[in-house]
Amino acid sequence: MPEATFRIWRGDRQGGALTDYTTPIVPGMVVLDAIHAIQAEQANDLAVRWNCKAGKCGSCSAEINGEPKLMCMTRMSDLPLSFPVTVEPMRAFPPVRDLVTDVSWNFEAKKGIPRFKPRTPDAPDGTFRMQQDDIERVQEFRKCIECFLCQDVCHVLREHHEHARFAGPRLLVYAAALEMHPLDVEDRTEDLKRLHGIGYCNITKCCTNVCPENIAITDNAIIPLKERVADRFYDPLGRLFHVLQW
Amino acid sequence: MAEYHTREHDVLVIGAGGAGLRAAIEAAARGASVGLVCKSLLGKAHTVMAEGGVAAALANVDDRDNWKVHFADTMRGGQYVNNWRMAELHAQEAPDRVNELERWGAVFDRTADGRILQRNFGGHRYPRLAHVGDRTGLEMIRTLQDHAIHLGIVVYMEHTITALLKDGDRIAGAFGYDRERGYLCVFAAPAIVLATGGVGRAYTITSNSWEYTGDGHALAYHAGADLMDLEFVQFHPTGMVWPPSVRGILVTEGVRGEGGVLLNKDGRRFLFDDIPENYRAQTADNEEEGWRYTQGDKNARRPPELLTRDHVARAIMREVRAGRGSPHGGVYLDIAWIAKRLPKAAEHIKKKLPSMYHQFKQLAGIDITKEPMEVGPTTHYLMGGIRVDGDTQMSTVPGLFAAGECAAGLHGANRLGGNSLSDLLVFGKRAGEQAAAFANAQPASLVPDKEVEAAAEQLLAPFQRDDGGEGPYRIQHELQGLMQDKVGIVRRESEMVEALAGIERLIARAANVGVTGNREYNPGWHTAVDLSSMLTCAEAITRSALTREESRGGHFRDDHPDKRVEFGTFNILCRRGNDGHMAVVRQPIPEMRADLKRIVEENA
Repeated sequence: MPEATFRIWRGDRQGGALTDYTTPIVPGMVVLDAIHAIQAEQANDLAVRWNCKAGKCGSCSAEINGEPKLMCMTRMSDLPLSFPVTVEPMRAFPPVRDLVTDVSWNFEAKKGIPRFKPRTPDAPDGTFRMQQDDIERVQEFRKCIECFLCQDVCHVLREHHEHARFAGPRLLVYAAALEMHPLDVEDRTEDLKRLHGIGYCNITKCCTNVCPENIAITDNAIIPLKERVADRFYDPLGRLFHVLQW
Repeated sequence: MAEYHTREHDVLVIGAGGAGLRAAIEAAARGASVGLVCKSLLGKAHTVMAEGGVAAALANVDDRDNWKVHFADTMRGGQYVNNWRMAELHAQEAPDRVNELERWGAVFDRTADGRILQRNFGGHRYPRLAHVGDRTGLEMIRTLQDHAIHLGIVVYMEHTITALLKDGDRIAGAFGYDRERGYLCVFAAPAIVLATGGVGRAYTITSNSWEYTGDGHALAYHAGADLMDLEFVQFHPTGMVWPPSVRGILVTEGVRGEGGVLLNKDGRRFLFDDIPENYRAQTADNEEEGWRYTQGDKNARRPPELLTRDHVARAIMREVRAGRGSPHGGVYLDIAWIAKRLPKAAEHIKKKLPSMYHQFKQLAGIDITKEPMEVGPTTHYLMGGIRVDGDTQMSTVPGLFAAGECAAGLHGANRLGGNSLSDLLVFGKRAGEQAAAFANAQPASLVPDKEVEAAAEQLLAPFQRDDGGEGPYRIQHELQGLMQDKVGIVRRESEMVEALAGIERLIARAANVGVTGNREYNPGWHTAVDLSSMLTCAEAITRSALTREESRGGHFRDDHPDKRVEFGTFNILCRRGNDGHMAVVRQPIPEMRADLKRIVEENA
């Protein structure tokens, strides 16, 4: 049976190092399977998050050979096995243990975005009418599985640690899903500029490239939100209109 | 005495899938202080995996639908051992719960006139499942999660509860630990809602993730509550079978709802060969009619691929055993064939079943718009669970409530697809409401130190055995093999007796399990903890299955292949006896109300 060597980051909040493990490879195997095999047979306490093993829950995010990926959707047959496969935790978040990181900031920051606020129902029975064409854009954003790989790769968070001033691609997608929801009547434009720092994004599309759900994060979510902010705050005619309206 | 933190809440909800979130939302909305505990991060629970849809008689696609038909379908699917009161409330309230999700921001697929679209599913007479492509569960859990975070609910992510604490007869709180740091914690609460899901992890081939180890069942059992109907395990007919690493991962019934067919290696649609008597009148007898049904022809009857899951799973097993299976021990599920009937079929498939397309493409290298899938049965759902009152969701222990998969009653001997997501919403809400009211009416309860001490000692014991104890993974692996081989989809007495003896040996070994490392995020320790819940459930499943000497729904006995009338008159309970052993009790089913009987007859 062929084997592969894994170079896995083992450590905790204080620090750690890469450790090598060798394990047999079976057909169809994904990186998460190999991690589990190592955990069961060689390192019972190797910490890893996972749930669905089918790319639907977004728990097993890691950096495989330096690329942010879901371990459950990365097939061994797609990796070169002539040299060790490195598996490291997401580097934009503080380490907890081994491959597990502290992603709690994402959950806290989400609370800062005003929640969905629907218009008055369309029918007397309290239901709404929406056309399929009008919801498809929002449905794309709602595919997000909250794996936070986009947050991991975003240089504003990863290199510059602007967590206090920038919500990151995941939460901008979340805001876009609310803003472009046909029923929503809340206005988040000012927050996007002042609290969520949308201006920090310089549209390098790193987030789009790593999204396992293939959401066009930059083009479909962030840029349209930037345009709304620009219209409101930087377009002289728009500003005048806005002032007169209120 | 070990150190621990204490948190106080009016209502503690254990489990943050659809049922737990809905319960927490309702309790908080009624003014209760709510704690919500989950083993994973918020939003990762198994609800996220639900694909096909949520069943509710909205009648948006077929105006002949109403709660009565839904009720009758649910009872027929459950082979009449359901708690009929729960089936009634479920059918009546599901439409409101689905519409409520839309008010909270859910975006379901639409009909041409802009209403919520509904699709066909096994055992449902009319198109009834509100859905979002094949990722309905994600839509649901995210909607609930994003609504819940603004209600002041305190969420304890990555915490495991290992014991319930009682003050006399009633619930006083729960004891557990923080998986990240290994801190011990006590949650003082006069009302607890269990919403911990199922126990698929006790089997080798399962669609369930690591979390589904029957924790709620075991907690309730050890606190003195009754478990009911545990012999009824649902084996979903279509799990992936190849490659080995993805074996068991779910392939939604929606594939069949959209026109997918099941074929043996000879290309025969074998389900036409065996249509059960009680469904014959509702089932198409030719391929043409079946196709018309999936395309919305109201005069057509449904194809046999959309018979109930128990039946389809057994039919697949039979084909495989008869040597007519696919190369990797399954059968073929073909949706690509619809290209013969529909223009732009490939795009249609990708639009209707995006995550199935993605899953097969990425994990198996198969393009489902061009080739058939290989599928076989996978352990999916436990119909049985904690016995609750149909109106209040309270167990036999005052203050202890249960909702969702870990509660018993709604589904009887077999659950219809789509009835789980609606179950979560309807009974999650009811449990949250009742728990808040119960807590409000209670004087403060006292968390007994003695119980906390005992629970802490038990939890930390594996660390004391770090040299001598056996590792937990091997025991877990053996248990899964035992349940898969001997208490699986086809059962017989001799094998189950062997299984029971095997489980007893594993219980003894699990009592001596040892772990290495420290308490911070230690999966070996977590597995050791989960193991004890799984073993309790495995024993209850096996004992119940031995007692039911007939075949009904998800429970099939090779040595008793027929349904027996007398077995339709009671449910089987497992209860902890005074001697500490598991006792099996036959609980008569109360007679169905006359008006409900009439509904069943009218919709036969």
